[in-house]
Amino acid sequence: MPDIELRSLTKHYRVHKREPGMGAALRSLFRRKYETVRAVEELSFTIEPGERVGFLGPNGAGKTTTLKVLAGLLHPTSGEVRVVGHVPQRREAAFLKQITLVMGQKQQLLWDLPPAETFALNRAIYEVPKKQFDETMGELYELLGLAPLVGKPARQLSLGERMKCELAAALLHRPRILFLDEPTIGLDVSMQASMREFIRSYNERWGATVLLTSHYMVDVTALCPRVVVIDHGKLLYDGDLSSLVRRVNPDKLISLKLSRPVGRDDVARFGDIVEHTEAVAKLRVSSDKVRDVVSGVLAALPIADLTVEDPPLEDVMRQLFATKADETKVERAG
Amino acid sequence: MRRIVRAFPTLLRIGFAEAVAYRAEFVIWMLTTTMPLVMLALWTAVAREGPFGRFTQADFVAYYLAALIVRTLSSSWVVWEMNQEIRMGTLSLRLVRPMHPFVSYTASHLAAIPLRGAVALPIAVILLLTVGNHVASDPVVIALLPLVVLSAWILAFVAGTAMGSLGMLMERSIAVWEIWMGLFAVMSGYLVPLELMPRWLATAAEWLPFRYLLGFPVEAIIGMADRAAVLRGLGIQWLMIGAATLISAAVWRAGLRRFEAYGA
Repeated sequence: MPDIELRSLTKHYRVHKREPGMGAALRSLFRRKYETVRAVEELSFTIEPGERVGFLGPNGAGKTTTLKVLAGLLHPTSGEVRVVGHVPQRREAAFLKQITLVMGQKQQLLWDLPPAETFALNRAIYEVPKKQFDETMGELYELLGLAPLVGKPARQLSLGERMKCELAAALLHRPRILFLDEPTIGLDVSMQASMREFIRSYNERWGATVLLTSHYMVDVTALCPRVVVIDHGKLLYDGDLSSLVRRVNPDKLISLKLSRPVGRDDVARFGDIVEHTEAVAKLRVSSDKVRDVVSGVLAALPIADLTVEDPPLEDVMRQLFATKADETKVERAG
Repeated sequence: MRRIVRAFPTLLRIGFAEAVAYRAEFVIWMLTTTMPLVMLALWTAVAREGPFGRFTQADFVAYYLAALIVRTLSSSWVVWEMNQEIRMGTLSLRLVRPMHPFVSYTASHLAAIPLRGAVALPIAVILLLTVGNHVASDPVVIALLPLVVLSAWILAFVAGTAMGSLGMLMERSIAVWEIWMGLFAVMSGYLVPLELMPRWLATAAEWLPFRYLLGFPVEAIIGMADRAAVLRGLGIQWLMIGAATLISAAVWRAGLRRFEAYGA
């Protein structure tokens, strides 16, 4: 049985809309205008136990709304949702004890107290037995290097240190399902890497299911073999990452190490220049022209080394959303 | 329920740690509750020439010192806390925990009682030393005083949760709280003892919750309410608590339905 199951999930809500300015403010006192936001439209997918899935989409795509529905915070407008066999919106204790929701921009740590107090609070609320609590905390201390942090008031910790403690607080009841909404936002590169490492080891150690949203594609490439992509609340793609790259068929990046400097014009005739120095050149080339360009540069330029790479996932996503937008325009025009 | 009972000591301990962490802000907040002292100065001046109604200068001193004690022990800031959490969206993090947010709010507010007591105690000592013969002397009334003040706190807290829950239904529920506090100042006996008010206002106050938050406990402390009046007042306090609980639960449910529909 899947851990997470969505069938035709739809979530619409009405928001108050007002133009800027005093006149509009006064008018809104008497006549309010509302518009319906179609946050999620007929979204369906399932996630099996132990999977790590990246949940991607541009801002406003409906990712956080979907996560909130899955965590039981929002009620669906229509459709069916099951998480570990429960209907999330009922928010039964047996369900809540099996999930955790980490929102990178919101914190549960008690601001003026050391994180150890938040851990004790969560232990009481989740009824974690003392032995299990000590064991889990021992592991979390080791994996996240928490020992020097837990005695300082949360407000005195750096963002990265706080995020480590947030994760520990969110995981000490050993949830089976992790909903992670931008867990690495604002963290420096090395802290992001250690967070990713920790999430992976938790998933492997406990077989937990992870649904992760992140704007840092490196989080997704490093952690999630499978991605679910949505835009305007609709499913665009569900499958493994490499197939997504193949499907979008984006431009390739050809990196050239030069044995001697060459002029910019000599390089530019083979593709769009991404980078050009005396020793290195990087070209963006459409994937169907790679073969011709490679043989061309090998013949014409002093090449010491050459590599062909897929572009960063950010570019793949950009291209995917751009293609979708073009298709929508064509559909509308038709 | 068993889970709440088991978790409550930890919630109280952490609530107390939070209250201690915020001690400076807490003491400042308490010290800003100076209105009874201002009114004390005003009314003792008025009563210099002779009693006002049945209030002598000493009665006014006893009344406003008792008002300061009751206010210190029984006020509630839960509406601010809830409003902040609803506006910032952090209420979501409470809602995904397997415990009703009201349980946590209750524990953290109860945990601040020792600190409130530490502020109220010196005022009580001053009260006894200056106008000690103007406080309740009936042992039954004295025994009921802690319950009367606790009931005032419970009523203030439950009413606060109702107004705090309004934050899920409207953009500025604090405005409702401000109206409430305006009415409280007039109708509770906070500014002027209710029996010195026009009769119609004093009668109206009998039917509103404000008197049971302050005026009634103060009258009980200074012996202006006899045993029968204290027992009657206590009964009304608990009727009000029952009504406020029903209203709070209804507003919370309605607010939550909207929150679950729109999010925050």
